[in-house]
Amino acid sequence: MVAEKLFISGNDAVAMGARLARPQVISAYPITPQTIVVERLSEMVEDGSLKAEFMHVESEHSAISAAMGASAIGARAFTATSSQGLLYMAEGLYYAAGGRFPIVMMNANRSLALPWSIYGDQSDSLSQLNSGWIQVYVEDAQEVLDMVIQAYRIAENPAVLTPFMVNLDGFILTHTYEPVSIPDQAKVDEFLPPFSTPNKMSFEKPMSMGMVTTPMDNLEYKFQQNKAILDSVPVIEEVDAEYAKMFGRKYGGLVEQYRCDEAEVLLVTLGSVTGTARVVVDQMRNEGKPVGLLKVRYMRPFPTELVATVCSKARRVGIVDKDISFGYEGTLFTNVNSALTTLENPPRTFNFICGMGGRDVSKENIREMFSRILEDSSSKLPDRVQFVGMKVSTDERK
Amino acid sequence: MTKRPGISDWNRPKHIDDYFVGPRFSAGHLAAGNAGWRTFRPLVDLEKCRGCYRCYLVCPDGVISKKDGKIEIDLDFCKGCGLCAYECSFEAIEMIKEAEA
Repeated sequence: MVAEKLFISGNDAVAMGARLARPQVISAYPITPQTIVVERLSEMVEDGSLKAEFMHVESEHSAISAAMGASAIGARAFTATSSQGLLYMAEGLYYAAGGRFPIVMMNANRSLALPWSIYGDQSDSLSQLNSGWIQVYVEDAQEVLDMVIQAYRIAENPAVLTPFMVNLDGFILTHTYEPVSIPDQAKVDEFLPPFSTPNKMSFEKPMSMGMVTTPMDNLEYKFQQNKAILDSVPVIEEVDAEYAKMFGRKYGGLVEQYRCDEAEVLLVTLGSVTGTARVVVDQMRNEGKPVGLLKVRYMRPFPTELVATVCSKARRVGIVDKDISFGYEGTLFTNVNSALTTLENPPRTFNFICGMGGRDVSKENIREMFSRILEDSSSKLPDRVQFVGMKVSTDERK
Repeated sequence: MTKRPGISDWNRPKHIDDYFVGPRFSAGHLAAGNAGWRTFRPLVDLEKCRGCYRCYLVCPDGVISKKDGKIEIDLDFCKGCGLCAYECSFEAIEMIKEAEA
């Protein structure tokens, strides 16, 4: 059977992916640029094509809290947010992870105030890397639909039992229309069996949940939580392979390498900017420049070994960040650098801060990043952390 | 008699897999008494107690139970707040210092 192909937005793809995963409870609060997801899901519940309880919560803090309650009684729960909403539910993010509730959440990557902005960058989810959620970043609408389905398989695995955040760039992906293959419901059902958890709250087997610990046990629970995310690595790879077998699309697990063979200079990207970078890599390869691209898909668990192995063959590596930890550097940069300390002779790394608050990252910008670090090694080293795409001079005024 | 479950045996985990997944446990399990830090404790004069159960209703910890038409206080879990003594209309409950109990 030929899969149905529709021309839809990234937000539509999220909602359709969620419907295919058959969540029993959806608790979400609308926020730009995620709103359409909430609208579509409520319409699907209304028209009966999605048999779920739709909870009209009054805030993101409540959205995640309600999702936890649903998950605790053994229901598959879905929520979605963005930016300020993600920060507003930050307390609950840690609860969901520590409580080991395998909720799946879509996050539309959007800038954080101030200055107020509804446009995209990745400051929001990258600020929550320590919350204990698995985090994946997608490149297009097809990938987001596929990842919402895969997310439940990974999150609900008994060795993992960890909530899962599917991140897609606000507007660039949420509002762009693309042709998307919609998998067959029967095949998705086969791929994703109904949720069952050993930790179900029920009248037959009452439980205390979300308990306090003394210093006697707390560190062990944190160890357990960390181990669960590390143990998700083989699960992510298995699920990617099985998905490819059933639906014909393979994403490569934790990372994707694009023309990394014999590349002396690599760019490391996260999210939709990868698509632009692919085009530039192709162009520059045609010009005989030894460039390549490493797409990081998962920020947690972080692909430490893969990043180190791929980067070990390069002379210089540029890391593209659509966020910044003020007073230091971009978050992807920090994470990549840490992975590279496992190498005897790590390549030199440079950080490009760009695309914040919705500023476009153009092919020219990507080309500029490559050329800034392609310079001959005898010339003066570029700055370690550089902003790309500034519209004004930042040189000292004479 | 109090309906709370008794203090159960608790074998400390020896391996990380001995823990539940996440901070949770089967309900109705009490690993230890929890009143060691109490400063005052209620002392009941059963002669004065009329069995009105006002104290039973107001006790925030639910440690007062009915016994033989009067009351019994579970001192393993009483936090010594003194609400029972304050509310008693018959001066049947007195708060006394732990050190003098």
